[in-house]
Formats: sequence, structure tokens, C-alpha cells
Amino acid sequence: MEAINKETWKQRLQSYRKQPLSAVLFVLVILSAVITLSVLIALIAYILIKGIPNLSPELFAWEYTTENVSMMPAIINTLWITALSLLFALPVGICSAIYLVEYAKRGNKLVTIVRLTTETLSGIPSIVYGLFGYLFFNIFLGWSYTILGGALTLSIMILPLIMRTTEEALMSVPDLYREGSFGLGAGKLRTVFRIVLPSAMPGILAGVILAVGRIVGETAALLYPAGTAAEVAKGLMSSGRTLAVHMYALLNEGLYMEQAYATAVVLLVVVVAINALSGLIAKKVGVKD
Amino acid sequence: MKEGVMKVVFLLTACVSILAVALICIFLFANGVPAIAQIGIVDFLFGRVWLPSNEIFGIFPMIVGSIYVTAGAIIIGVPLGILCAIFLARFCPKNLYKIVKPAVSLLAGIPSIVYGFFGLVVIVPIMQDLTHTGGKGILTASILLGIMILPTVIGVSESAIRAVPNSYYEGSLALGATHERSVFFAILPAAKQGILAGVILGVGRAIGETMAVIMVAGNQAAMPESIFSGIRTLTANIVMEMGYATDLHREALLGTGVVLFVFILLINLSFSALKRRSS
Repeated sequence: MEAINKETWKQRLQSYRKQPLSAVLFVLVILSAVITLSVLIALIAYILIKGIPNLSPELFAWEYTTENVSMMPAIINTLWITALSLLFALPVGICSAIYLVEYAKRGNKLVTIVRLTTETLSGIPSIVYGLFGYLFFNIFLGWSYTILGGALTLSIMILPLIMRTTEEALMSVPDLYREGSFGLGAGKLRTVFRIVLPSAMPGILAGVILAVGRIVGETAALLYPAGTAAEVAKGLMSSGRTLAVHMYALLNEGLYMEQAYATAVVLLVVVVAINALSGLIAKKVGVKD
Repeated sequence: MKEGVMKVVFLLTACVSILAVALICIFLFANGVPAIAQIGIVDFLFGRVWLPSNEIFGIFPMIVGSIYVTAGAIIIGVPLGILCAIFLARFCPKNLYKIVKPAVSLLAGIPSIVYGFFGLVVIVPIMQDLTHTGGKGILTASILLGIMILPTVIGVSESAIRAVPNSYYEGSLALGATHERSVFFAILPAAKQGILAGVILGVGRAIGETMAVIMVAGNQAAMPESIFSGIRTLTANIVMEMGYATDLHREALLGTGVVLFVFILLINLSFSALKRRSS
């Protein structure tokens, strides 16, 4: 006996024969999904297949020379800039999300403005951030190319991302937790830091990891504030290029195609790992991204 | 006491984003607008010749270039993206969804320089073979940008489609429409504002994209003759010449940044307005 609410393939095919428009639409939908997926697979497969043979140990030497365009200094610079950007953006982003979710009253004018500005910030293209960083740090403050300037520029860029994910994480904490904490006599501040923040931590973490992904992949915003020096930055106030900028520089010089392939592999692996990690954490807590 | 202090601290940090936007606006406009005034706003915006060595700064070819590649990206990316969103929201089996959804967010996470590289070593040679031209140009850049805006369009459209009450779908089914008809003619029209917001967001991404476009667009600062001719976008103009530009040339590039920024602000505003109306 056939189930009434279950369509067999044969029935489906029959109905498609009667409804050619539906059949066409079905094919279009499936086709576009297949195209999207195959573009992604083609991109990853191509870069891995062409790039992995070019990954030689020399490319991870500590010193950068014109004979051996090692990417190790760029990797170290990337770590520095990532750490610095998070150092600035995390406290600001998390605290302002706390204000928006826990403190601000409904219909507060300031909240509307803050939301509008964060939306604006997240729509600004990275090259405009780069221009701003250059104008502010290099021209107005008179710094030369510095990784500090680059990191500060990026911290503005990732601020809306951190704010939004933190806000969502805070909002997903049930009000019961807060009420329970208040009921036991805890103050607002203690409730926020001891009860709400720890429960929201996984969601916040998933956002932070996404922010790391943005930083690692960023090129245009770093080019002018941080410069393109190929060595490990000696301090906060010296120039240094991250892995993505390194790849741009290699492509720009046009002499180092194999090394560019190898760099692309490393970038891609980092990005895939970051995405997987963020997805895993988000799934654990059921936060939608 | 501590409570009050911390409340002020939280309030102040919330104002950082306002401060950031204000600073960005002030610095860009203060540095770019005088140059535009000096060159003459009409000559700057509608001048067809960009010759920094002769102090001729017309960015019309770049404005046209940005608009062309963005339009191309929309033509390629939007239908694909919307159909893909429909697939995710209404056609995809649960098990497959667990693979496809992360794949789409991975597409969003890939750095633009890697996209540019992929375009340079894969799409450009293919275009060379197909068209017997240099391979770099409007069409190539449009294809690459079309791919790059896919995750944006898919993400926003999917949530718009999911937000439509299921009764629309059920009602349509009950009237005898097929699954496809119900999705396309009952759900999709109800989600159109949200989808439009996604498209606008995609336009913002495409027009602001720099590193990928610079690799595949050819970057000639001249009016394009066909969809195969090379073109330079506003973003590419800034990145390519900022490194060595001085004086008025440098300020003209900042002026280019101002024009780009104004474009982006307009796009953002219409996105916010649409989002507010649809929610």
C-alpha cells in the first residue's frame, strides 16, 4: 500500500510531464546549486593540486631573501596583526554589545544610531578602510608604515562583526538566567560578567574566529597603513606584510608564480580550518550564523 | 559606584563605532573634497582622460568601469544566487543541507586575493582561448565578481525566503499548484523585499571589491569599447597609484576614494531602508 503523503519518483515524473514549467524550474534550481558547489570545489581543488607540489620547506625559512621568498616572516606578521587587532576590537566590541543588549532601553535613540553606524561600517569596502588608515595614521599622526596602524585599521573593520555576533550570543541567553541571578541578590554587573557572558561565550568565540578569518584574508586595508616590508616586523612601529599582502606582492612582481601558488594553499587551508572551527562551535551552541 | 562606572564604560564603547564612522567620513572628505574642487567637480567626475603625468584627472572611465563590472556581477551572480537560496530553503534534503550550507559560507570566507589569483590563472586563460583577446576585461571581472557576491546574495535571500509564513506555501499546494509553482509564485513574491536587500548588499560588495578585480580587469584607464576590453575600477585606481602618487595626483586618488565612499553610503542607506521596511 502506498502512503498518501509520500510521492514516488514515478508520480513525480508524471506530474512534471504535465507541468513543464515546474520541471524547468526544478532543473534550474538544481543546476544553480550544482554550479555554485562546483565553482567552490574547482577553486579549492585547482589551488591545492597546483599549489601543494610547490610547498617546499625553504618557503618556511625564517629569513626572506630575493632568492628564497619565504613566507615565514609574513606568517609571523599575520599572527602579530591578528593578535593586535583582536586586542583592540574585542574589548570594545564585546562591551558595546553588552551595552546594547543588557543596558540600553528599548527605543533608545543612541541604540538606533549605533546600529546604523555598525551597519555602515560593515558595508565599507576594505580599500576605503585602507585609505582611512593611511590618512589617519600615516599622514595625520605622521607614522611611517606600521603594523600597529594596520592592526588598528583592521580592528575598526572587524568591530561590526564582533558586535553583531556578540549581540546575538547575548540575546540567546535565556532571561531566566538573569532573573535567577538577580533573585539571588547579584547586581547587574555581576550578573553580566558571571552569568550572561559565560553562557554566551561559545557564540562570541564563533564570531571571533570569523573575525580572524577576515583579518587573515585582508589585503587592501593593510596595503597602505602597514606597508609591504617582507621581513618580520621588529616592533609595533615598523612595517610588515601579512600572508595575503605577501601573496599580492608576489603576484605584483610577477616572478614568483610557484611561490604564489604555495601561499594560496596556506591561505586556503587556514581559511577552511577557521570556517570549520567556527561552524563547529556555532553548531554546538545552536547559534545561527 | 562600580555599577555606575561600568555602565558609563559600556556606553562609551558603544559610541566607538559612531566615532569610527565620523572619523572615516571627516578624514576622507577633508582630504578628498579640496582636490575635487581644485580640479573642478565636472572635469573630475565626467572627464574622460586620466593622465596624472599631465595633471589631467578625469575619473569617468573608472566610474563607468565600476558600474559595468558591478552590473555584470549582478547579471551573473543574482539569478544564480537566488536560485541557490531557493534550493537551500525549499529543495535541499536535510542531510545535504549540512554540506551545502557550510560550503556557501566557506565561499564567503575565501580571501579576495585568492579569488583574484584563481581568476588570473584559470578564468583569464579560458577567456583568452574563447575570445582570442587578452582575456582580462569586463566579462572576466564580471564572472569573478558574480562568484564572489554569491554567498552574500544566497545568505540574505535564504533568510528572506525562510521568513515567509509556511501558510502561503500550504495554501498554494492546497489549490493544486506543484511544489515548484508554490515556491516560485507564492513564496518568492512575498520574499522579494528581503531578496532585493540581498541584491543591494551584493552590489555594495561588488563595487567595493579591489584585490580580485585588479587581477582580472586589465586596468586600462580608458573608456571600454566592448565587454572584452580591459577596464579600471575606482578601487583599482586607488590601489594601483596610491603607492607612488604625490601632491595633486595623490589628492585626486583620495577624491576617487570619496566618490567610491559616496556610492557605498548610498547603497548602504537603501539597504538599511529596505531592511527596516521588510522587517
